[in-house]
Amino acid sequence: MYTQSMDTDPETRNPVAKVSAVGRPEEQRFQATVDAEGKIEPRDWMPEAYRKTLLRQISQHAHSEIIGMFPEGNWISRAPSLKRKAILIAKVQDEAGHGLYLYSAAETLGQSRDEMMAALHSGRAKYSSIFNYPTLTWADVGMIGWLVDGAAIMNQIPLCRCSYGPYARAMIRVCKEESFHQRQGFDIMLSLSKGTADQKAMAQESLDRWWWPVLAMFGPPDADSVHSGQSAQWKIKRVSNDELRQKFIDATVPQAELLGLRIPDEKLKWNTQTGHYDFGPIDWDDFWRVVNGEGPCNKERLAARVKAYEEGQWVRDAAMAYAVKRKARQHKEAA
Amino acid sequence: MSEDEKQGGTGGRRPLVQEWPLWEVFIRSKQGLDHKHCGSLHATDAKQAIQMARDVYTRRNEGVSIWVVPSNAITASDPGEREAFVDPMADKIFRHPTFYELPDEVKHM
Ligand SMILES: [Fe+2]
Ligand SMILES: [Fe+2]
Repeated sequence: MYTQSMDTDPETRNPVAKVSAVGRPEEQRFQATVDAEGKIEPRDWMPEAYRKTLLRQISQHAHSEIIGMFPEGNWISRAPSLKRKAILIAKVQDEAGHGLYLYSAAETLGQSRDEMMAALHSGRAKYSSIFNYPTLTWADVGMIGWLVDGAAIMNQIPLCRCSYGPYARAMIRVCKEESFHQRQGFDIMLSLSKGTADQKAMAQESLDRWWWPVLAMFGPPDADSVHSGQSAQWKIKRVSNDELRQKFIDATVPQAELLGLRIPDEKLKWNTQTGHYDFGPIDWDDFWRVVNGEGPCNKERLAARVKAYEEGQWVRDAAMAYAVKRKARQHKEAA
Repeated sequence: MSEDEKQGGTGGRRPLVQEWPLWEVFIRSKQGLDHKHCGSLHATDAKQAIQMARDVYTRRNEGVSIWVVPSNAITASDPGEREAFVDPMADKIFRHPTFYELPDEVKHM
């Protein structure tokens, strides 16, 4: 994962200026390229609002990958077997990689890595709300893979066709790796659900906590999403929050049944008319509370990230100093 | 976006040191194929850039060979002049074999 609806940035919840239909020739050329499913590359002309929207979305996405390592990283030393430990290390390493692909794509839009890091560390930048929930049990690690990565896949597949070339290419790479993430999570859930009564109860308790926050990951309902029109016109966001959420529920309910787990929604019911599951109301107040910094782990996640960054500073400084020194020595030897 | 971001600042918090230089990464996925650009990364020097490129871009045997190039060493054509740049090639259709009509008697050429 994990990009979230861009509307989660309260600072920018006012609509982006519309691209006027009778804009300048370069604006028309830009929109014609996008309309024809062409790609926009870093040095091509683009509207300033398009650049800013992408920069915000891609950097938020990158931050989410990085912060997303913390809830799972907590369990690496406590994984129940060597096999699970090796798998979890590989999975968390992938998430670091996803963050790097995305920072690299965001940098092509003209913001430096240091600036993005500073925005994250100061709390100014957002990341996916889901990582502000705690991982209390081993089942939560399975739940993150199965549901959180599962939701991420739903969200990211349409982004592979995003109009901005570097973002689309990064997403293709990410999507290739995500299916391992979801399967390893499901595999953990499968073991627990086939296990002892205690293990099964642990799996159920975990699903009870994660189900609603995962549904909220897709972002606010379409009716409240002020950016989606513009983002659709630019072919950044191709599928709406509500459509993605519905698709996720339809795909996930049968998997939960297979696991023998009960989804904590009294209103969840197959609707023969629509061919989709009906589901109960999502607590958006809770979502906004978490997005705005009041979730159970917001402070802990950010503090862990800043601590890791600051404690690594001397390593980065030493590596740079070593490289400079070695280069100077090579020059001297060549002279 | 906040005021200082607009100005390209970092909210008053200047980074402690300058970030590591940026490198572009090219990967040959298989012997016999060209190296292909796959992204960029920050590293102190070329040796470290190669090691990091291996970890970032080839965790699943995506490559048998890696090139790294300092990003600032790349000179690119101007996208604003793409049409004028590509145009001169467009009218030389005789460069393509399909331009030439062969007599039916010639089966393969
Ligand atoms: Fe990821
Ligand atoms: Fe993932």
